[in-house]
Amino acid sequence: MKFIDEYRDREGAEGYARAIAQITTRPWTIMEVCGGQTHAIVKFGIDELLPGNITLVHGPGCPVCVTPLELIDKAIEIASKPGVIFCSFGDMLRVPGSKRDLLAVKSTGGDVRMVYSPMDAVKIALENPDREVVFFAVGFETTAPANAMAAFQACQKGIKNFSLLVSHVLVPPAMEAVLSSPQNRVQGFLAAGHVCAVMGYTEYFAIAKKYHVPIVVTGFEPIDILQGIYLCIQQLEKGVAEVENSYARAVQREGNKPAQKMIREVFRVIPRKWRGIGEIPYSGFGLTEKYREFDAETRFGVADYTAEESAECISGLILQGVKKPGDCTAFGKACTPEHPLGATMVSNEGACAAYYRYRR
Amino acid sequence: MCLAVPGKILSVVGEDPLERMARVSFGGIVKEVNLAFTPEAVPGNYVIVHVGFALNILDEAEANQVFDYLRQMDELGELQEQAPASP
Repeated sequence: MKFIDEYRDREGAEGYARAIAQITTRPWTIMEVCGGQTHAIVKFGIDELLPGNITLVHGPGCPVCVTPLELIDKAIEIASKPGVIFCSFGDMLRVPGSKRDLLAVKSTGGDVRMVYSPMDAVKIALENPDREVVFFAVGFETTAPANAMAAFQACQKGIKNFSLLVSHVLVPPAMEAVLSSPQNRVQGFLAAGHVCAVMGYTEYFAIAKKYHVPIVVTGFEPIDILQGIYLCIQQLEKGVAEVENSYARAVQREGNKPAQKMIREVFRVIPRKWRGIGEIPYSGFGLTEKYREFDAETRFGVADYTAEESAECISGLILQGVKKPGDCTAFGKACTPEHPLGATMVSNEGACAAYYRYRR
Repeated sequence: MCLAVPGKILSVVGEDPLERMARVSFGGIVKEVNLAFTPEAVPGNYVIVHVGFALNILDEAEANQVFDYLRQMDELGELQEQAPASP
């Protein structure tokens, strides 16, 4: 496929790997923020092409992984109610809540449906006016415009039987949380390309300056990732910390303005709790006052839920780049994709699941 | 989750800018894609698509940048190897 195959070319990848080896004189630790990049790095063995003194650590950019346990419990509670059609992206269905997951709700008679787009959920609401249709609005900035559009269209068309369970998180505050942790070892970032396709990359200038870290906007194919790593190391070796865009075919400096406008129409920035990390100020989206009636938490009375996470699972440390999956005693033993203890083992984009699949 | 796949716009329908829809081919598999966030997209453009929405039009002029950069590095590397050793 055009715009995919050429970026998987072996010769090009080896060329970048050689170039990286040539410029690297010291050990460096770089974090790729996005779970999609983590998956590609482990799948294609990109980390194995790098000099031994370059360490890639895997960031918190997997929305499935960082959605807090109580939100999964809220989803399960709502999906279990009679008359509800609960719609979700497929990868949320197997995330373990405190007691069970959404697939278990489905297998015991709940109407849980996997959708490809939030607009599919709006359509289901239109077709089922006597049922309550709830969409699990999970994601980073990449997914926010589409989820916002679902709320906008439901409002415009007066669809009263539609609501959203919102679990939206933002990348820049999470990067700041990683950098300001006393355990931090990240020296440079590959910024998430598709988040930047929506938001642009001007937000990162202040972070690069404040923490003196290079931030390179990076794509998702092997050669994209290798170029991002190359540019990041080039900056580290020179001692500079700038924002660079190595994914210019898809990302412009200011991002996508119509998409940002739709986000601002429906969402406002709020504090959010991240699974394994805790609460981060200004790190997520909630519905604005105008869209409050579409909030599933208030509609179904689940706003006050709290839940405690498993003490055994170290996914929080993995999401912050402090530990790797192999450091966990439960990895591949008590914790597998079939029986995950924590969210990094559930999603394809979680570091533990990627290591389990490609590195055992 | 932030997976976005490039595809080629085959045709566009709809007048309302928030409900313009395209038929987009992903290597032969055709899907309906919402163009609300890429109002300037026309048939023939490649767009990156995420959960049923086009996020951006791919910039074909920038698409080779990653390879041009590599080629330039290669050429510089060769130049360095051929240069006589400094005294």
